[in-house]
Amino acid sequence: MKFDVVLRVVIKIFLPFILVFGLYVQFHGDYGPGGGFQAGVISAAMVILYAIIFGLGAAQRVVPPVAVEIMVPLGVLIYAGVGVAALIFGGEYLNYSVLLRDSVAGQHLGILLVEFGVLVTVAGTMMAIFYAFAGRGP
Amino acid sequence: MVLLTLLAVVTVGVVRLRNLFAVVILAGAYSFLMASVLLVLDAVDVAMTEASVGAGISTVLFLGVLALTKTEESRPAHTPLLPLFVAAVTAAVLIYGTYDLPPFGEAATPVHLHVGSYYLENSIAETGVPNVVTSVLASYRGFDTLGEVVVIFAAGIGVLMLLKGRRRNGKKGDDAS
Repeated sequence: MKFDVVLRVVIKIFLPFILVFGLYVQFHGDYGPGGGFQAGVISAAMVILYAIIFGLGAAQRVVPPVAVEIMVPLGVLIYAGVGVAALIFGGEYLNYSVLLRDSVAGQHLGILLVEFGVLVTVAGTMMAIFYAFAGRGP
Repeated sequence: MVLLTLLAVVTVGVVRLRNLFAVVILAGAYSFLMASVLLVLDAVDVAMTEASVGAGISTVLFLGVLALTKTEESRPAHTPLLPLFVAAVTAAVLIYGTYDLPPFGEAATPVHLHVGSYYLENSIAETGVPNVVTSVLASYRGFDTLGEVVVIFAAGIGVLMLLKGRRRNGKKGDDAS
């Protein structure tokens, strides 16, 4: 598939739009459908599409396997870290209301942060599994 | 109804076909149909997840696995009578169970009277997030979602250890021999 000109050109045009859509799903998740899970999968799908068309090596130059393997636990740490931050600010674990002075704004910030954690772990896991399978090919 | 009929047709196709490549593509079609069903049921968030995970990522991962193995399913070694019996009994029990379910869309069921109405009334005032799905997922049920993320984390680590750890061990074995 590496030599299919039409696919390569079309995918090259599509990639930024897929990434922007993934980010839209992430940061508009408070107002419309979507959130960290969906956005993580869409962002990972962009990298996987790139890897399918342009080869695994090209994709791993963009997103190195080491970075992917760091992303997998990093998202969980972000999520759990928000919970610990809430503890430090004097609330219960994962009670975002205490993160800022205004409890509603604190909730909003907390939700954004944990959704970002979900995004990082989901995208990292999907890419890690894909790299692991694709890297074993003959 | 059309969607459910299509779902049934695709399922029969998945069961009957022996070519695993076609089965993977049909499974992707099944996920897209399922996403449409969820869309009809107004569960847009779930439909999005189903379309991206079920039809997108799973299909790619299945294809990645197929590239490492054969694409033809081998003949089953034993007769399918016992599994068929188990499946039939389970289906009968499940269908019998649906008779105790409340009517579809009924508002006065325990599920809707418990905490759901509290979330719907107070979500905007307490979290400022208009999408109740997000506020329930990330704030009211933050612990559950943390658990889900840990499950994904565990799955990713498990796959990495299975696929990468074995290769490293194999290399060591080669050196030793």
